[in-house]
Amino acid sequence: MRFRQAADQLIPELAGYQRVFLMAGGLLLLVSLVGWFLNPAQFFQSYLTAYMLVLSATLGPLALGMIHQQSGGKWGVVIRSILGAASRVLPVMTALFLPIVVGMPHLYHWTHADAVAQDEILQAKSLYLNVPFFLLRALLYFAVWNALAFFLNKWTVEQDRTGDPAVAKRMERLSGGGLLVFGITVTFASFDWLMSLDPHWFSTIYGFLILGGQGLTTMALTIIALHWLSKREPMNVAVVPQYFHDLANLMLAFVILWTYFSFSQYLIIYAGNLPEEITWYTRRLDTTWINVGRFLILAHFAVPFLLLLFRRNKRVAERLVPIAAFLLVVRFIDLFWLVAPTFHERLSLSWLDIVLPLGLVAVWIGCFVWQLRGNPLLPYYDPQFAEAVPRLAVQGEGHHHQAH
Amino acid sequence: MATHMTQSSQPAVHGLIAEFDNPNALVAATAKAHRDGYRKMDAYSPYPIEELRHALGAPASRLPVIVFIGGLIGAAAGFSLESWANAVAYPLNVAGKPYISWPMFIPVTFETTVLFASLSAVVGMLALNRLPQPYHPVFNHARFSAASTDRFFLCIEARDPKFDLKRTRAFMDTLGALEVAAVEG
Repeated sequence: MRFRQAADQLIPELAGYQRVFLMAGGLLLLVSLVGWFLNPAQFFQSYLTAYMLVLSATLGPLALGMIHQQSGGKWGVVIRSILGAASRVLPVMTALFLPIVVGMPHLYHWTHADAVAQDEILQAKSLYLNVPFFLLRALLYFAVWNALAFFLNKWTVEQDRTGDPAVAKRMERLSGGGLLVFGITVTFASFDWLMSLDPHWFSTIYGFLILGGQGLTTMALTIIALHWLSKREPMNVAVVPQYFHDLANLMLAFVILWTYFSFSQYLIIYAGNLPEEITWYTRRLDTTWINVGRFLILAHFAVPFLLLLFRRNKRVAERLVPIAAFLLVVRFIDLFWLVAPTFHERLSLSWLDIVLPLGLVAVWIGCFVWQLRGNPLLPYYDPQFAEAVPRLAVQGEGHHHQAH
Repeated sequence: MATHMTQSSQPAVHGLIAEFDNPNALVAATAKAHRDGYRKMDAYSPYPIEELRHALGAPASRLPVIVFIGGLIGAAAGFSLESWANAVAYPLNVAGKPYISWPMFIPVTFETTVLFASLSAVVGMLALNRLPQPYHPVFNHARFSAASTDRFFLCIEARDPKFDLKRTRAFMDTLGALEVAAVEG
């Protein structure tokens, strides 16, 4: 069966795309190194924002893959290869965390001993917010994420080779516990890497806000990748409008989820109006930064919410893909809204805020394509394969019964 | 099996009904009838079948529009109620915030949006289906109660311009039904 070959065999042009994206990304990152020398503080701020975007594009698919192992659903069968390839970018993402370690003194006020010495709050928090523990935690997060991605991908390959139904059970079990550990680690990682930029401030919903954002990023990039693949063999046979409809509904759900978390955080802090909490918002809402906030209400909520209510916008991929691409840009702006106002009193945009994300995104796409190439695009032995892709399941029915 | 129709002198039939024992046969038969030009027909099954709507050639439902308008009215109602209560009826200074402190009104606005939208969905669904309907001729068919357990029915109604007792029955006999029968009007 031709469709069970690796993506490389069916779509030879993938190799070319990988090269182009990796070279473009490498070039942009090289250019951004100029910024490291000219303005290291700005470099690391921009890097952190861009890194969080590509990290969410890697971790989100891992989590969605685990959710699908738990929930099942035909929508997840046709995107399994996309989610898997995205999650296999994780080792590269682990390496790309190093600049943040290097940039810690520029990013995190609490790393300065003299600042802590004058600050009672930071002293009280120093048991948690200290450099060795921060690094140890980062190590732990990456170990957990890489282990989850490693085993789920390894077993996917095993499932594809042997068709052993026990593998599906194993993946389902790991995903259950994995999701719990994932939620906790991402929550703490978001506390460490983003929330501690403003070390006096705290918000318990912050982790959910980041998780919701990861979900939205995942849906948007999955829709775009699936659309691109659906023009080519074998996905042109496997993908029907219903799948775009399902994925778009999930994307709408994440738009609403993000809105719910963001607004809850705002409402509670606004109602309480306590000095240690409200400063995060006064910094953003009593300055020119409010324009970014207004933009987010429209672009991260109102516009995509209304557009995604319409059936046609969800079923017709040519209409859905621009919405998904727009949401990816908006995801970056939301991360920018979390990071940049910490360092700048007034709305300001550095050239690094454009070059670095473009560079990291290009590198990410290059790695994603690289990982996509080696594996088949459809999980033939997924327990729901026959149901999800009936037109291809018929071709090899004899084999397929093993999987049930 | 093809049963013989009662040789009644007055053709007061509601239509012809075909019985199937599985949903796929019903969908296929419905699609075939639609292709053949029949429009005034309805299909009955114990549970919703997504494909059936397409097979019947049913137009897009107007329900989403009704729900959306219901939601908008709900949002306006909730926000207005809060604004009126807090700024007009009983203005109270809370922590120096403005009377119309809009972020605080969002939860109630959201709830009334959902409430009005879901009530519109229920009422709108009933209205579009012309329910409640105390009498429907299809129940005159003795076997019809099986439609709520394990049988699937397709009824081509006599008011269809293409309906002709003989020819329509001949057509329905080709659909692979368990039984084709006339339904009294």
